[in-house]
Amino acid sequence: MVPVLLIVIPLLSGLAGWFIKGEGAARTWSLLSSLATLAVSVYALTLSKDNPALHADVEWIPALGSRFSVGLDGMGRILTLLTALGYPLILIGTWRDSYRKAPNFHALMLLMQAGLMGVFVSMDALLFYFFWELALVPAYFLGSQWGGERRIQATFKFFLYTFIGSLLMLVGIIWLYYHTPDHSFSLNSFYALRSKIANDDQVWLFWVFFIAFAIKMPIWPLHTWQPDMYEQAPTAVTMVLSGIMVKMGLFGIIRWLAPVLPTGFWAWGDTASALCIIGMIYASLVAIRQDDLKRLVAYSSIAHMGLMCLAIFATTSTGMQGVMIQMFNHGINIIGLWIVVDLIERQFHTRKISELGGLAQKAPGLAILLVIVALANVALPLTNAFVGEFLLFSGVYSSMATRYNVLFTVVAGLSIILSAVYTLNMIQRVFYGNVNRLTEKARDIRLNEKVILATIVVIIVVIGVYPKPVLDLTKDTVEAVITKMIYKQ
Amino acid sequence: MNAIILSAIWGIVMMFSGVFVSGKRTIRTIAILGLLLLFLANCLDLGGGFRVHIDVHRMLYFDTFGLLANSVIFGSTLVFVMLSGRDMENVGINLAEYFALIFFVLCGVALVTTFNTLLMLFLGIEIISIPLYILTGSDKRNLKGNEASLKYFLMGAFSTGLMLLGIAFLYGASQNGSLFIDEMAIGKAPISPLFISGLLLLLVSMSFKVSAAPFHFWTPDVYDGAPTVFTSFMATIVKSALFIGFIRLFDEGFGRVHDRWQLFVAIITAATLFIGNLTAVFQQSVKRMLAYSSIAQAGFMLMAILSINGIARDGIILYITAYSAATIGIFAVLIRMKDYTFEGFSGLAKHHPVLAATTTIFLLSLAGIPLTAGFFAKYYMLAAVVSTGKYLWLVIFAVLCAAISVYYYFRLIQAMYFKEGDRQELDEGPGFRILLILLAAVIVVLGIAPHLVTDPVHSLIYLW
Repeated sequence: MVPVLLIVIPLLSGLAGWFIKGEGAARTWSLLSSLATLAVSVYALTLSKDNPALHADVEWIPALGSRFSVGLDGMGRILTLLTALGYPLILIGTWRDSYRKAPNFHALMLLMQAGLMGVFVSMDALLFYFFWELALVPAYFLGSQWGGERRIQATFKFFLYTFIGSLLMLVGIIWLYYHTPDHSFSLNSFYALRSKIANDDQVWLFWVFFIAFAIKMPIWPLHTWQPDMYEQAPTAVTMVLSGIMVKMGLFGIIRWLAPVLPTGFWAWGDTASALCIIGMIYASLVAIRQDDLKRLVAYSSIAHMGLMCLAIFATTSTGMQGVMIQMFNHGINIIGLWIVVDLIERQFHTRKISELGGLAQKAPGLAILLVIVALANVALPLTNAFVGEFLLFSGVYSSMATRYNVLFTVVAGLSIILSAVYTLNMIQRVFYGNVNRLTEKARDIRLNEKVILATIVVIIVVIGVYPKPVLDLTKDTVEAVITKMIYKQ
Repeated sequence: MNAIILSAIWGIVMMFSGVFVSGKRTIRTIAILGLLLLFLANCLDLGGGFRVHIDVHRMLYFDTFGLLANSVIFGSTLVFVMLSGRDMENVGINLAEYFALIFFVLCGVALVTTFNTLLMLFLGIEIISIPLYILTGSDKRNLKGNEASLKYFLMGAFSTGLMLLGIAFLYGASQNGSLFIDEMAIGKAPISPLFISGLLLLLVSMSFKVSAAPFHFWTPDVYDGAPTVFTSFMATIVKSALFIGFIRLFDEGFGRVHDRWQLFVAIITAATLFIGNLTAVFQQSVKRMLAYSSIAQAGFMLMAILSINGIARDGIILYITAYSAATIGIFAVLIRMKDYTFEGFSGLAKHHPVLAATTTIFLLSLAGIPLTAGFFAKYYMLAAVVSTGKYLWLVIFAVLCAAISVYYYFRLIQAMYFKEGDRQELDEGPGFRILLILLAAVIVVLGIAPHLVTDPVHSLIYLW
């Protein structure tokens, strides 16, 4: 029942949102709805993992053997929590942003949330595909209608990339479906297949799935849609995309690719890991050269996603545990960064780092909160990302799935140093240095932003100091996935 | 049988209604009444409530597949006439005759969907084609329309000639001189070159009719030149019927020797998908884009012919439903527009939100986005080919082409929603709007529950 509620609340409130008049009402409605979703999602955390309320399974299209089957395991719970928590953070954090035709904007945002929730709870491949695309369509309309000057092209590029990827994935899903003995789309039937698919087939099937997920994350060289899209989309949409939607790619690999095609996954592991690493280094280097705040955060996100993807290919439970916790951390941290970027853009009407400076003198509150979020982005100890990245690196290092584990660890480690370079550089140039004409009139942050950033900082520190509850939550999924992945080694 | 008789009779009724009735509104009402009766009569046939019984000596074969296709096609025609019937008045003065011709086409459709001998197929296709030649040229003062009509006639006559030749070959190749499709290619006798030649000639002529590449060259010109109302009719209803005939012929008739012709169909399919999608990208006129899009969609439907199996049969019914509903809807809006270019649609969402929203749903359906009928239609086609275990390259190729199609369908959405345009006075009554909303609702419902259409196919009833 719980997973159904997680989909239905944003879906219905999103549909109702079209008929609301006025920006304030629409914003409040959307906040209420997302708080209700958050409440359900927190309630799900309190249930034990065998509780029947965490699953629902009804007939959908009997002729195709597809069922409306949804459920929440550890990974599902952590990602639905991220989605549910992210939305109120985003809404309150961008409370002062104003939109043309605001009711439509908020309605589409809620519909996108319904799609995201659906992806994370589906236990049926066709249903998963359905939600995968449904999350995309509102994103297309949000990005094209509200945003920067080149929004239409950027959003279309994003849409086309993801659409090609997902169609390839659809072919893979159909192929697997015809090879299940009972002609079923259910997750368990797919898992049961993994030892029955010939190696030759696993080898090409891997790519039809991996391309879809790699585009979503994105992995180099399929990342080109991402900086444009993040730059052009309205900040609230960018937050959803970078904080939550990119996790669909990682989630897809962990749930639908690695356990289903273990041989193909292993066979291409080094190739894919190499792509991840090239992307991490490349994105970090590009980020150093960026003058636009949004593009800087966008490239830094590519680097972080690359590391998480690399850790999945390492096939160790430490690494996988790291991916689980880091998916959540990255979502929270990047939303925090975007809120700061949004604040700066709204105040100064520029995102150029070179035009800013000395903000710390004028807005000390903002500076303190930003520095903590930024340090979390660099994975300093005591922040949540440290826990995640430590696990990721130790997972990659101890990997038995590849001969190049040391090399991978060392090169990936470089990207951490580079991330410190661009993050600290950005802080220095935006917040310290001399006050210029533009930043003279800077105001400190207001209550809503202070509350949200403070919440994010609290989450960062709490998980950084005491990550055990999160790790415990995802332990079952990690064990289950790893067992299935090393099945054939 | 009900449908064949009723459509022929009602065609004559429509012809005479022009003489005895003067009001255009009355004529339209008679036509809508006729279509409603036709739809109901066919449903009675399907459900077994009432059947006119005539001994046809096995020449026609009324199975659920054909009758269900009939229902879909008659239903689409009904929607088409209700949406765009008024626009037919602007084509010329002979409104009653246009409706009469449409009923004659439907009579041909009913033959093509239920034929069991090659003669009936030929007869059905001719009964469909000849009224279409007239309808294409019905706007007599339009030079482009006249050209299109003549072109269509010449090309159509040519492909009919090929078809006759093919039928003659097959007749010669059959051991006991039979034209029944279910008696073809039975037995252990080796397959003669004559049989293969006949088969290929039929393949070519059917490809002509459904505008598959490389036999598609008439399509853009004819669809563009014909009055837009009749383009809508041709591109949806007629094309659907021909596909049903196509799959029937190749499934029942040549299904047993499918390994001999599958490769040809695979190549035609790939070419159709490629040419249709790629050329549509470069169009500036929405009407021409829809013409190429109809070629591209035909490419997907050809996948059902390639993979003749149960899924393909289910799928083609769903596909013609989804495709016809969406295309009829877009055309209904297009007909009311003054400017047929993409720019003409700019800013439509601001001034006519209902038209823009429903058109968007139709376009999303054509592009195959989930939650619309078009997604499951494409899904069935892909699944049909994948389940054969062969031609995986074609499946990958098809999805890449489907991604191209997003470009031109979304271009229209972009024009409507994200570009500024002047307000234009469109003739949209509440009835028109409600019908469009209902049509969009049908598409969304089928996007959630496609089995509403496909399930009846399985309850096979055989009767002669």
